[in-house]
Amino acid sequence: MTRRAHVSGSIRRRLLLQLLGSAALLAAILFVTVLGFVRDVAEESHDSILFASATSIMDSIAVNAGEVSVDLPYAALSMLGNVSDDRVFYRVSRAGEVLTGYSDLPAGEATVRAGQPVFETLDYKGETIRMVTSSRRLSLNGAPTDIEVSVAQTQNGQAAILARLSRSALYLGIGFFVLSSALAIWSAQSSVRPLKSLAQAVSRRGPKDLRPVSRPVPSEMAPLVSSLNTFIDRLGVSLTRSEDFIAEAAHRVRTPLATVRTQAEITLRRVEKEENRGSLREMIRAIDETSRASGQLLDHAMVSFRTDSLERVDIDLAELARELVERLRPVADLKDIDLHFANSGTPRMSGDAILIQNAVRNILDNAIKYSPPERQVHIRVSGDGAQARVSIEDEAGGFGTTDTHALTERFVRGENTQGVVGSGLGLTIAREVAEAHGGTLTIETSKSGAGACVTLCFPSH
Amino acid sequence: MRFLLVEDNASLAKAILDRLRLDGHVVDHAPDVQSAEDFAATTDYDLILLDIMLPDGDGRTFLKQHRDRQIETPVIVLTARSEVSDRVGVLDLGADDYITKPFDFSELEARCRAVLRRRGGGSSNERRFGNLRFDPMAGTLSVEDQTISLRNKELRLLEVFLSAPDRIFSKAKLVDRLFSYEEDVSENAIEVYVGRLRKHLVGSGVEIATVRGLGYRMSLQ
Repeated sequence: MTRRAHVSGSIRRRLLLQLLGSAALLAAILFVTVLGFVRDVAEESHDSILFASATSIMDSIAVNAGEVSVDLPYAALSMLGNVSDDRVFYRVSRAGEVLTGYSDLPAGEATVRAGQPVFETLDYKGETIRMVTSSRRLSLNGAPTDIEVSVAQTQNGQAAILARLSRSALYLGIGFFVLSSALAIWSAQSSVRPLKSLAQAVSRRGPKDLRPVSRPVPSEMAPLVSSLNTFIDRLGVSLTRSEDFIAEAAHRVRTPLATVRTQAEITLRRVEKEENRGSLREMIRAIDETSRASGQLLDHAMVSFRTDSLERVDIDLAELARELVERLRPVADLKDIDLHFANSGTPRMSGDAILIQNAVRNILDNAIKYSPPERQVHIRVSGDGAQARVSIEDEAGGFGTTDTHALTERFVRGENTQGVVGSGLGLTIAREVAEAHGGTLTIETSKSGAGACVTLCFPSH
Repeated sequence: MRFLLVEDNASLAKAILDRLRLDGHVVDHAPDVQSAEDFAATTDYDLILLDIMLPDGDGRTFLKQHRDRQIETPVIVLTARSEVSDRVGVLDLGADDYITKPFDFSELEARCRAVLRRRGGGSSNERRFGNLRFDPMAGTLSVEDQTISLRNKELRLLEVFLSAPDRIFSKAKLVDRLFSYEEDVSENAIEVYVGRLRKHLVGSGVEIATVRGLGYRMSLQ
């Protein structure tokens, strides 16, 4: 069974969120900075035009015969018209007395000194205006007098330009954010890629592949890989130990059993008394039962171990079954049971050959063991590309009324097993093998009604 | 037949030797790989019975060397391993067959017979009695020019009788020899096989007589 890992968070998601957060913050700062800069530049250039206009008006002021005359140059106002369609206001005054222009134009709050223009943003007739005021000292009738020139313009055009520029700044910010998001996703992906490829390399391994992980990994992952390798080492040692143990246990149990059984057979040949012969026969049967049970328990342990992590290879089910039939033919011959093998189609599948062999052998063993002498056993293999199946039909009397599903439970035996040595594990093993391969085991009464037909069915791929 | 038994467990080896000799076979015993090689180099055996776990090495090493030297003697491996893990790879290494301990001797005999038949050897084992020629390896019985194939139980019954002509075999003994201990059979089942064998023996000058209350005896007419 594969246990799911306990998941808490995701490195990739965490990294991605952090990078996206930083990108958003940087984009906002960029937007604000650019917007401020653009606004400053626009204001400065507007101011300098206003100032140029005021200067050119100032230049046209002359003193003629003790009078101040202003000859407003056309260019002074038209240069402002070039910037936008905003309305332009002006005022020329001397010592607070308006000489020409808009007398209700608000006066600036700051004190104006000669040569130092003052720029202000003011309200005039419900509209915002930008106004420059500059001053010049003239000599009038021998006395110095201060002439002030103010030029103002409404800010509608300016606002429109600013709006356009700030939209551009917004696009710039969004573009920056999108680009950095893409980069963030890419970098989050690429930083977890070594982890992913390590995980794939480990999970692709066969159950018998216990070599250490040698694939190069980033230094941060080195401790993980080295503890994984230690773990694989330990697993290898413990697997070898348990396989050795099973082999050793079998050897220890079966060799003395073989001695006892052989001696009992010899003695049976020599003794004449019917009671003694009966006891000896019972002894031999008990030995057979012990050895079969121990064998199947070991088999069952091995099968459970192997089904946990299947080692799949391409199997020709027909070839596998044919080999088994040949192997069991001498045993069947002892009871003059004929084994008939038939194959139709190409029953190819992928699976663990040793397990499949074990499953088929258990079923075939049963068929031979429970059949009376001189009966027929049919082994039919077929395949249609989608499924590979092997069915074994005997004339052993069938399973009677025993629940056919219960037969595949551990240690449950059918009704026809009186007097036959068995452990009740054979069909369990066969079913577990079938299910581990995504297949099924079905037990039914044979068509002739004389016995059972057990079918193993595996998906081809 | 001449066997070489390679088995390190002394009591099991003795039991197998006794059992094979009881059937009239000639058997040598090698307790380790070294002596097995010595025996195999000096004597021609019909069959080698080989244990896998040996004190001075693995039976598989012996098997491999045996095959590398192109020695054709068939080998049957005696294994105590579980059926799943065995498959042993011994078949790949050149063993002809294997049998799991503890084994039924009639199964071992059947496997030996099958191996020898596959190898096409064993015509030297032909037995003659009266007019009949019997090849236990091929399982054929010839009376004059007529050759028939015997079924397994008939063959083994004939073998038992031919092992000691003129001796009386009780039904109980014949049951022991013919049926495995797993099967519940009545002694009357023997009558069926004796009846069949009698039919095959017509014209051979050999008869199977019923000795009332004692059993059966095969003798020349």
